[in-house]
Amino acid sequence: MWNTVFPYLLSGISVGGQYALIAIGYTMVYGILRLINFAHGDVFMVAGIIMVYMSASGMPLWVTIPLVLILTALIGFVIERVAYKPLRSAPRMSVMISAIGVSYTLQNLVLYVTGGLNKTYPTIPLISQTVTVLGAKTKAVTLVTPVLTLVLVLLLVTLINKTKIGMAMRAVSKDFETSQLMGIKINSVISATFVIGSFLAGVGSVLYFTNYPTVIQTSGAMPGLKAFVAAVFGGIGSIPGAVIGAFIIGIMENIIKGLDVILFKSGVISAPLGLSTFSDAFTFALLIVILIVKPTGLFGEKATDKV
Amino acid sequence: MTNPKIKKKDRALTVSWIVVAAVYAAVFAAEQVISPNSMLFTVLKKGATYALVAVSMNLLNGFTGIFSLGQAGFMLLGAYTYAIFTIPLEHRSSVYQYFNGGVVQFTLPWFLAMILAGLVAAFFAWLIGLPVLRLKSDYLAIATLGFAEIIRAILQWNQLGPVTNGSNMLRLFPNFNSFNILKADGSVAVYLSTTVPFLIAGVCIGLIVLLLHSGYGRAFKSIRDDEVAAEAMGVNLAHHKQLAFCISSFFAGVGGAMLAMYQTTVQAKSFTTAMTYEILLMVVIGGVGSVTGSVISSFLFVACSEWWLRFLDNEQFIGDFQVPLLRNGFRLVVFSIIIMVVVLFFRRGIMGTRELPDVIRALPGAVRSLPEKMRARRERRSASRKEAGR
Repeated sequence: MWNTVFPYLLSGISVGGQYALIAIGYTMVYGILRLINFAHGDVFMVAGIIMVYMSASGMPLWVTIPLVLILTALIGFVIERVAYKPLRSAPRMSVMISAIGVSYTLQNLVLYVTGGLNKTYPTIPLISQTVTVLGAKTKAVTLVTPVLTLVLVLLLVTLINKTKIGMAMRAVSKDFETSQLMGIKINSVISATFVIGSFLAGVGSVLYFTNYPTVIQTSGAMPGLKAFVAAVFGGIGSIPGAVIGAFIIGIMENIIKGLDVILFKSGVISAPLGLSTFSDAFTFALLIVILIVKPTGLFGEKATDKV
Repeated sequence: MTNPKIKKKDRALTVSWIVVAAVYAAVFAAEQVISPNSMLFTVLKKGATYALVAVSMNLLNGFTGIFSLGQAGFMLLGAYTYAIFTIPLEHRSSVYQYFNGGVVQFTLPWFLAMILAGLVAAFFAWLIGLPVLRLKSDYLAIATLGFAEIIRAILQWNQLGPVTNGSNMLRLFPNFNSFNILKADGSVAVYLSTTVPFLIAGVCIGLIVLLLHSGYGRAFKSIRDDEVAAEAMGVNLAHHKQLAFCISSFFAGVGGAMLAMYQTTVQAKSFTTAMTYEILLMVVIGGVGSVTGSVISSFLFVACSEWWLRFLDNEQFIGDFQVPLLRNGFRLVVFSIIIMVVVLFFRRGIMGTRELPDVIRALPGAVRSLPEKMRARRERRSASRKEAGR
């Protein structure tokens, strides 16, 4: 039993960590702008594509990875300046539509650049090698992801709680207008949020695509939506909430992927039911349940966690 | 004495009817004359389909103020319902080859199947609406989007294969070409494959317009403008939101059935959120809160993406000079940039909240009757006299 479940659990934790890194971007932006940044999943995908082209150019790994992260952060910054800043005083729906437009544009740009072909993601030596954990074979990235995620989250929480810009972020998310009156430069705070969010999505993309062989223009959509669900699940605006939500969703999703095998091996069912079809749908079912039962999410009420 | 205001409105309405009738006549005539393989008809058929879906989305997002992103899910339900009930019996064994011909062993006429498609979509909308419509703006958007994804997964489930054919394609059901009237030898006597979709979409959009002009429509608009005020005026929020949601989904379902007819095959995996986004962009480009705008922008959107911008996808030469950047996919890049420009700088879209009669009324002198002109002149004169007398 344990031997059957464990591999799924392991990959669930790994995927959960990757979702967490994306979810932080959603939750921070929502906390400040009250905007579902639909383009965030595509920023994540673009980071994957940049990595593909960077490593094809033959640069060493210690150059490409930092470069990818910086470029991704830059893309987040540019998107905010071009597509969201002009709509600062517009109704929320306009900004959301603009986000959808950006998502559409990014996907089409990548389609143009790649010609709509699956691009093979480069193997990153340290994290791509196979390791054996308690009898289950997996890639090293599975072990690296949760650790790296936690380290990055701790750094981020320190940044938010201890630094000046973090204090500004907390103020802006509490009250947009008052903090403006108090002399906080709203635009630079928002830009900083987007830069941090995109940077983390970049890290997430390096980890995520190591597990998947290829990148295509639509590969950001699903992880993006799931990470958003994770953010809502944990209570939007709360960073620890997003991380915990992401781990829960990652684990549940992978357990469902393997549910047929698990149930079959434990003798509950005699023929496979094809339940793995529901691994994506489950995430959304969970979202709807949480929205109805506790719309603020797991940690939504703790206003001090808001960023 | 006749009220000049009403007369003016009547005239604009009459002209609008004439414009619409002329469009239909032109479509019918073009279909008889131009080769049926022309790109024009692809655009017209797909455009009519999307026009209906966009208007149904506008009913919800633009007129009732419910930001729903579930349109693709309801279209999917409609498309599947239509396909499942219209595949001819003799083809069932080949379509449902992995499921022994499926469990549905009867067919409905296309017309009934299409209405059923709408009803199924509306029924699911009712179910989904019960919990979801209590949510606010963006939470509602993400929840409806989630439901669309759930529906997509359920329809692909292998256990439902005898009904839905699992994740396999549904095909061989009557499509738009079945509307052509054939001669005895099998050649086409009267082409109707574009006119009939136009009629279906036209009737449905007409019904939506009638609804918008009724008391219900006014209640919807009042919810959009101010929920609290609407409730204070006696509008039952839950009831009206649910109603708008179901009606919109009904027409999305019919639109889905039309899409199935247009595509000639249906597969659940193509009804992604990207499809909903596309429809939303059509609504925005046309003008949120304008039926005419949604219709026009749907045709423009389809024409641009399928036809007019096609040349951008191929290498072009001006003399000996090869235009740079042109290759597969560039069309979509240009197209997305146009969309972003509209979204950022022309937020009212093509029509804003105006409709066809409003546009006609605004034309300089085009439909003003003579007495009206005289009246306007008289008013102006008396106004200036008052000014002078002071």
